[in-house]
Amino acid sequence: MSENLPELPQPLAEQAAEVVAVRRGMFGGSGSSGDTSGYGRLVRTIEFPGQSPRPYGGYFDEVENELFGALDERDLAPEAAIEKVVVHRGQLTFHVRREHLLEVARTLRDDPALRYELCLGVSGVHLPGDTGRELQILVPLLSITHNRRVHLAVGCPDEDPHIPSLTPVYPATDWHEREAWDMFGIVFDGHPALTRILMPDDWPGHPQRKDYPLGGIPVEFKGAQIPSPDQRRSYR
Amino acid sequence: MTLDVARAVDDDMDGGRDPYAAAGTVGPEEGNETVYTLSGGDWDEIAQELASAEDGEPVEERIVVNMGPQHPSTHGVLRLVVETEGETVTEVRCGIGFLHTGIEKNLEYRNWTQGCTFVTRMDYTTPFYQEVAYCLAVEKLLGVEDQVPERASVIRVLLMELNRIASHMVCIATGGMEMGALSAMIFGFRERELVLDIFEMITGLRMNHAFIRPGGVAQDLPPGAVDKIREFLALMPERMKDIEALCNENPIFKGRTEGVGYLDLTGCMALGITGPVLRATGLPHDLRKSQPYCGYEGYDFDVVTWDTSDCYGRYRIRMDEVRQSLRIVEQCLEKLKPGPVMIEDKKIAWPAQLALGGDGMGNSLDHIRHIMGESMEALIHHFKLVTEGFRVPPGQVYVGIESPKGELGCHAVSDGGTRPYRVHFRDPSFNNLQAVSAMSEGGMIADLIVAVASIDPVMGGVDR
Repeated sequence: MSENLPELPQPLAEQAAEVVAVRRGMFGGSGSSGDTSGYGRLVRTIEFPGQSPRPYGGYFDEVENELFGALDERDLAPEAAIEKVVVHRGQLTFHVRREHLLEVARTLRDDPALRYELCLGVSGVHLPGDTGRELQILVPLLSITHNRRVHLAVGCPDEDPHIPSLTPVYPATDWHEREAWDMFGIVFDGHPALTRILMPDDWPGHPQRKDYPLGGIPVEFKGAQIPSPDQRRSYR
Repeated sequence: MTLDVARAVDDDMDGGRDPYAAAGTVGPEEGNETVYTLSGGDWDEIAQELASAEDGEPVEERIVVNMGPQHPSTHGVLRLVVETEGETVTEVRCGIGFLHTGIEKNLEYRNWTQGCTFVTRMDYTTPFYQEVAYCLAVEKLLGVEDQVPERASVIRVLLMELNRIASHMVCIATGGMEMGALSAMIFGFRERELVLDIFEMITGLRMNHAFIRPGGVAQDLPPGAVDKIREFLALMPERMKDIEALCNENPIFKGRTEGVGYLDLTGCMALGITGPVLRATGLPHDLRKSQPYCGYEGYDFDVVTWDTSDCYGRYRIRMDEVRQSLRIVEQCLEKLKPGPVMIEDKKIAWPAQLALGGDGMGNSLDHIRHIMGESMEALIHHFKLVTEGFRVPPGQVYVGIESPKGELGCHAVSDGGTRPYRVHFRDPSFNNLQAVSAMSEGGMIADLIVAVASIDPVMGGVDR
C-alpha cells in the first residue's frame, strides 16, 4: 500500500513492553489473606503493550506514514518525536516525547492528509511502578474529515511533572488540562490559567494519584461492621 | 484611581497584592485597584458612599455578579461569574466542581462489574450512555466485543434511544422553564415520565440503573415490556405535537432563541464541541453513523442538522432527534429475537440472572438450589466471581459513543487486576460548557441563560 510513497519512514527501534508493576504470589491476595499455597514467591510483571510490529492493518499504516512524512517536512525526525507506536485492541496510539508534543499535535491537526480537527480531552493516569513515566496522559483525537481516530500518549516523571499545554493547538483542552492538574498534579506549561477545576482552590494534594488515600469510615450494621472500601480485602 | 465594586468575585490567582484586603489598607498612591464586597442596598447610595470613602474621586464601576451555584436558571449547581455593563455581559466564566463526587476515584476500589453502579450516576439524565460506554470499554479491553449476544446489543440500543428521548425532553423542559415557558417544562417532564416508566419496568429503577453490564445486560426484558414500548411509540408523536405547537413558531420563543448563543463550526471545532450544538452548525457529525457501535449500522435513521448555529436550531434538532430515536426504537422491537442477553463466557457473565418469585424479583431459587445443594464447584465459582470479580488484561482503551449531548468518551486502563486501574469519562457537558463564554459574551444576561440551557449541561456529568 505504500509503494508510491517517496521514502518509507525508518522503523522505530524494537522496544520491550512497558513494565508498569510487579506482582508477587499467585492468587492476587494482598497482605490480609495469607498465602499458604507455596506460590507466594512467584513474581510476575504487569506489562503494557510495547512497539507494535508493522503492518498495523487498517488505516493505521497510512496515518503513521503520513505523520512521519509530515514531521520530516517540518524538520523533525520522527524517531526523535515518537517513542513508539502501539496498536492495541484495535486502537492506534502514538507515544510522543513531551518536548515535541506541540509540534506533533500541530502536524496532526494541520496536515491535509491527517486533519485531526477535534481533540477530545486529556486523561491522566498515575503509574507509580512505571519508573521515569509515572504520570501519563492520553489525548484522543478525532478526524471528522477522514473519520479516523488516533491517540497520543505522553509520559513524565514524578519529580518533573511538566508537559507542554496543548491549548495553543486545541483550545478544547483548557478544562481537561486543568482537571489533569487538579487530579494528578501534572503541570501543563503554557496553559493560560492552570487552576484547580473540580476540587476547591485550597485543597491539598491531587486526589486521583495512587498515593492519595480514598478515605472513608467503617459502616456499622447490627452485629457487623463493614470496613471502608479501601480497607476491604482486595485481589489484584 | 479605579474602584472595583464586586458582589462576588472571580477566583483571581495572579498572586501579588491581595485585592480583597480590607478597604483602606492600600492607598491610592500604589495605583492598584480595590475590591469591595457588597450585598444588598440601593445602588446609587452604595456608589455614593464608596465615592465619598475614596475622597470623592471618580469611581470606575466594574460589576461582577455571581450567578449560582444555587440559582434555578443555571441548570443545576453551575456557578457563572458574570461581569456586566448594564444588562450586557462583557465577560463570563464558569465555576464548576460543586457536584464532584469522586466517582472516578471510587471506581478504582470496586471490581469491574461494580463499576456500572458508579458510572450510571455521572450524568443522571443519560445513565444508559455511561453504562454502555463503560461496558464497551471493558469489553474492548477483554477483547470480547464480538461475543456480546445480538439481543443484548439490541436491548442496549433500545434503552439508549429511549434515554435520548428522555434526555432531550429534560433539556427542552428545563430550557423552556429557564426562559419562563413553564408549559414547555410541564410537557417535557410529562413525556419524560413516560420513558422513565418504561425504564422502571425493564430495570426496576427510574434512574441509576446499572442494568448494562460488561458482556451484555443484567436481565432480559420482562413480559409486557414490548407492549408498553409500543404504546409509548404510538403516544409520543401525539405528545410531541403539543410541544411543537407551543414552541416552534411561537414569536416569544423564537425571539428568545433565534440568533442567541451563536457558535459557528470553527468555534465548535476549536472548543471540541459535539452533539446538537455541533449539528446546529450544519455538520452532520454523529458517531452512530460515522463509527457505529452496538450494531447501529443496521438501523435506518437520519442525522438531523440545522444551519443557524443558534439556540433555536439546537431546540429544533433535539425535537427532530426524538423522532429519529422513535424510529430506531421501532426497529429495535422488530430486531428483538429470542436469545441470550449475556455473554457465554462463564468467567465474565454472572452465574445466574434474577428470577421472579412470589414476593417480586429476587434471587433465582433454581440457582440457589444448584450451588447450595448440588455442586460445590458451582458455589466456589459463584463466590469467586461475585466477590473477587474477573481479571482484565493490561492495557488502555478509549471508547467514544454519541450521547444526547455529544461524544461521551470512556478511557479505561487496566493493570491486569480485578478492579479498574483508572477510568476517566470525557463527559460532553464538561467539554461543551467551555463554550459558554464564546456564546454569551457581548450579549444580554437573559441570553446567557438561554445559551447555557441550549448546551444542556448536567452537572452530575460535568463534575463526576
